Amino acid sequence: MIVIIDYGMGNLSSIQNMLKKISVKSIISSNISVIKNADKLILPGVGSFDNGMGNLQKMSLISVLNKKVLIDKTLILGICLGMQLISKRSEEGRLPGLGWIEAEAVKFKFDNNHANLKIPHIGWNTIKIKKDCLLFKDMEENARFYFVHSYHLICTRGEDIAAMTDYGYEFPSIIQKENIFGVQFHPEKSHKFGKQLLKNFVEILC
Amino acid sequence: MLVPRVIPCLLFKDSALVKTIKFKNGNYIGDPINTIRIFNNLEVDELIFLDITATKKNKKPPFDVISQVTSECFMPLTYGGGVRSIEDMKKIFSLGVEKIVIGSYAVENPSFIKEISKLFGSQSIIVSIDVKKDYSGKSKIYINNGTKPTERTPVEFAIQVEQMGAGEIFLNSIDKDGMMEGYDTGLIKTVSGTISIPLIACGGAGTIENLGTAVKAGASAAAAGSIFVYQNKNRSVLINFPSRDELANIFMI
Repeated sequence: MIVIIDYGMGNLSSIQNMLKKISVKSIISSNISVIKNADKLILPGVGSFDNGMGNLQKMSLISVLNKKVLIDKTLILGICLGMQLISKRSEEGRLPGLGWIEAEAVKFKFDNNHANLKIPHIGWNTIKIKKDCLLFKDMEENARFYFVHSYHLICTRGEDIAAMTDYGYEFPSIIQKENIFGVQFHPEKSHKFGKQLLKNFVEILC
Repeated sequence: MLVPRVIPCLLFKDSALVKTIKFKNGNYIGDPINTIRIFNNLEVDELIFLDITATKKNKKPPFDVISQVTSECFMPLTYGGGVRSIEDMKKIFSLGVEKIVIGSYAVENPSFIKEISKLFGSQSIIVSIDVKKDYSGKSKIYINNGTKPTERTPVEFAIQVEQMGAGEIFLNSIDKDGMMEGYDTGLIKTVSGTISIPLIACGGAGTIENLGTAVKAGASAAAAGSIFVYQNKNRSVLINFPSRDELANIFMI
């Protein structure tokens, strides 16, 4: 069973709705034993970094997630804030992140040539693929995805970056390290493109 | 490459979708769920769904309808209408809505924006500003679905709510609403020039070319009602949305 982790940070049913569309059963839960038994995990999230980490802490989910992801090597997909939480830290907050990848979240900063760009980065944008990744199976070439964020990751290790997106400059929009996947955009709100990406994640053999 | 967003704005009133003229005389468009299913199939960028009577009638947001809408909506959805508590917002977000529009209540209680943007993140908070010109041509903000004038002006209010943490401004021209004669580009220019957050312009689009004009004037996104629910200026109902090629042409990308 796919478990969508409910830690009080928004947009959970939209992910479940999209999974329903591709006939995949999922369960929204914050229950530690349910998470322990998950085949795959989705860590969604809308909101601020410290609220997200604070909630994970309050709900005692950090140690079970660490075990599932780092020891059991369960596949996990972080979405939006969920992707940022798996990094080491964020400029947005003071709490440490989950630290599963060598990365940190920083706020968009533009030089004078791009000073007219608005923050947050909101809207449909494309991706530039940087490495082979199972998430890209049967993905259309002009695939576009819906982004809403003011912070983005910077990765220490280039090999963790699966795709980049251009907004003033290029930032990592899809990351992957072993069993850990993260997308900065919202696949659950990205029509058929997001549907394909979620389908690909679901179909990866563990 | 980020393409400017084009957003159908759907007005919900007494269980149906309607289209207004100058915020009045809602003309019946259709069933909300069917309409949203069509927009989903047309792969629209985003949708704004507003309950236009909730605030005026002092009603709660229609949670059951919102829940049906989100189950058909695989694109970003914004809800607005009658939202005045954190509890209601939690419920709406949990149903699968991305962004919530705060209108009247933001004018009455601007510090609410500060509170909710901290809690939910700025990216999920849109403040709507409904603007009407008075007899002297001065733009004033109206609340309660355009029925109650205030002394606030769009520029100073937009600056204030940006400081409070609003993620986007949804700027509506009441005078242009439903007229299909083009946006109030002067208003868009003035407001977008003073804020650094994205501005969604609404009110007046009569052709898809008008969408480009709104973006040229400084809007980050162009919202419209009539052109996406009517076939033409005769106002016969037809749910429609331009193709990606047409949009690329309009924005000259």
